[in-house]
Amino acid sequence: MSRGSFLHRHPRVRLAALLSAPLLWLVVAYLGALAVLLISAFWSVNSFTGDLVKVFSLDNFRTLATEHVYRAVALRSIGVAAAVTVICVVLAVPMAFFMAKVASPRSRRLLVIAILTPLWASYLVKVYAWRVLLANGGPVDWLLGGPGHGPGYGLFAVILVLSYLWLPYMILPVYAGLERLPDSMLEASADLGARAGRTFRAIVLPILVPSIFAGSIFTFSLSLGDYITVQIVGGKTQMIGNLVYANIGAANNLPFAAAIATVPVAVMVIYLIAVRRSGALEEL
Amino acid sequence: MRHRYLVATLAAGVLVLAGCGGGDDNGSSGSGPGGLSVPKVDKLSALGAGEGSVNIISWAGYVEDGSTDPKVDWVSGFEKETGCQVNNKVAATSDEMVTLMKTGEYDVVSASGDASLRLIYGGDVAPVNTDLIANYPDVFDGLKNKQWNSVDGVPYGVPHGRGANLLMYRTDVVKPAPTSWGAVFDAASPYRGKITAYDSPIYIADAALYLMKTKPELGIKNPYALDDTQFKAATDLLTEQNKMIGEYWSDYTKEVQAFKAGNSVLGTTWQIITNLAQADKAPVEAILPSEGATGWSDTWMISSKAKHPNCGYLWMNHIISPKANAAVAEWFGEAPANKLSCAETADKNHCATFHAEDEAYFSNVWYWTTPIAQCLDGRKDVTCKDYSAWTQAWTTIKG
Repeated sequence: MSRGSFLHRHPRVRLAALLSAPLLWLVVAYLGALAVLLISAFWSVNSFTGDLVKVFSLDNFRTLATEHVYRAVALRSIGVAAAVTVICVVLAVPMAFFMAKVASPRSRRLLVIAILTPLWASYLVKVYAWRVLLANGGPVDWLLGGPGHGPGYGLFAVILVLSYLWLPYMILPVYAGLERLPDSMLEASADLGARAGRTFRAIVLPILVPSIFAGSIFTFSLSLGDYITVQIVGGKTQMIGNLVYANIGAANNLPFAAAIATVPVAVMVIYLIAVRRSGALEEL
Repeated sequence: MRHRYLVATLAAGVLVLAGCGGGDDNGSSGSGPGGLSVPKVDKLSALGAGEGSVNIISWAGYVEDGSTDPKVDWVSGFEKETGCQVNNKVAATSDEMVTLMKTGEYDVVSASGDASLRLIYGGDVAPVNTDLIANYPDVFDGLKNKQWNSVDGVPYGVPHGRGANLLMYRTDVVKPAPTSWGAVFDAASPYRGKITAYDSPIYIADAALYLMKTKPELGIKNPYALDDTQFKAATDLLTEQNKMIGEYWSDYTKEVQAFKAGNSVLGTTWQIITNLAQADKAPVEAILPSEGATGWSDTWMISSKAKHPNCGYLWMNHIISPKANAAVAEWFGEAPANKLSCAETADKNHCATFHAEDEAYFSNVWYWTTPIAQCLDGRKDVTCKDYSAWTQAWTTIKG
């Protein structure tokens, strides 16, 4: 009896063999890491030697809830992530619509390549390029009328650079969504007497909204967790990622870093539930 | 419905795991020196053959193999002579050094005083057998067996050198030239938004030092020993300062670029950063302000888990040898540790400029030390803020 026919006659075994490796990865590496994060958030460190003290305590979460600064930083990070997402939507929708519906097939391919090319360059190279662009007396200052006229480093620079970095992650899903929309439906809508606004509401929007939500999951979560861009162009700004990094790297307080890291996890879970409630995920 | 079931199962699983974690305590809860004893680690008894490589954690500019500047090289010769390939990792802050040493992947570290005691009490470094280090007798006596590099007369490292955190400014913008740390704490400063400060909790000591000289009624005797009132005064000063800060620096290349472009025009620095900025044609100067300064006295320490102990000892001997020690001291801009180094510097005035033999000068410099609950200035009637309180406060200051 060959192995092939054995698997053929036992579909459940076949399924188990097929799924065991990815499932093992998901459970051990992915959920396991999250579980370890959650557990260590309840530990503490010896303040002098920095050794782990594995005693259950809620102190980390109490500090997180009572200290004003953590709320301020969390709200700032959510604000930045939301602003970046809005900017990306505003830029990506017309861009994607042009690519999917207006451009010729040849220029469509070129445009897709043009949007993907920046993704090939290193993240750090792009952010440092922006540090130079935004420097005192740099190109942005010069365009706006001389040294000190530009935005300089700070919260605005962070939003600007993150929007630049994550724009392709918004354009691509919106483009893919719009491309699935047959031109004939737009024509049928027009033939039936619908004006442009009605066509947009009835035909384009139902396809567009789930794509935007899909893109926003990328732009929102990537912005929420970022700490490198903030360090390079953020001036003195802090985001959640910086607090996690400072507590691991500088303070060597892994448990508190883990406690802080649960904040973006919670924000993302709430966000995903909200997106699911809106029904956008079923449309994907 | 299936989704909800899945979520519930996951949540239950996490709770069970969390419960397990809670029960797994090993009862280690020391409270720093006094309550905490030094873990027993044996020192190396005899030197063997080199292991072929050595992994180093150092401050920027301490381990130069000619790749920054072909003329600046005290590593290649060492590698050729001993056969120990040097793998160097530059750390930006003392906290990073402590974290890296805890991984056990590194053999030696150039620890400052705010890291060395934490490493010793954490059992991360081993006592040093100074008999195996031929250059040790030539080290200044003023640096040996100090409270930051030894415990009960047992040396935990070899002194590398010392220096002060300076005040750097752009000569074309900042006029008149500053003479006091007041320049970076002045709420009405014309350089608002272009002031920079070192991004580490230990910077709180700089504010405390300034208050020590300007607000004697607070009674600060040591900027690393702050009780509640003194600590609050220092953090309040820094919270005010935060409004005028353009950016904090911990990455020295970022600071060089910021001063060159003019994003920062005034703030704390190390001599090496000034040297690099001047080499980059930035119009900057650095001074030791009238209040004195915080500073560092660095110690080469060897890991208790060193995989290359022999190469580690060879490195510690090499880096304090007169020639190498003189080269590092000149490049980094600090006072060398070896008496004989002063004859080897290219600039014959180097030791005079950096006050290498001037103990009176260094009595004005407050070396980085880890703040602990038992006040370092000897007060018994109050508790001082420990380093974890400093760390939390630093996050709050930055807002």
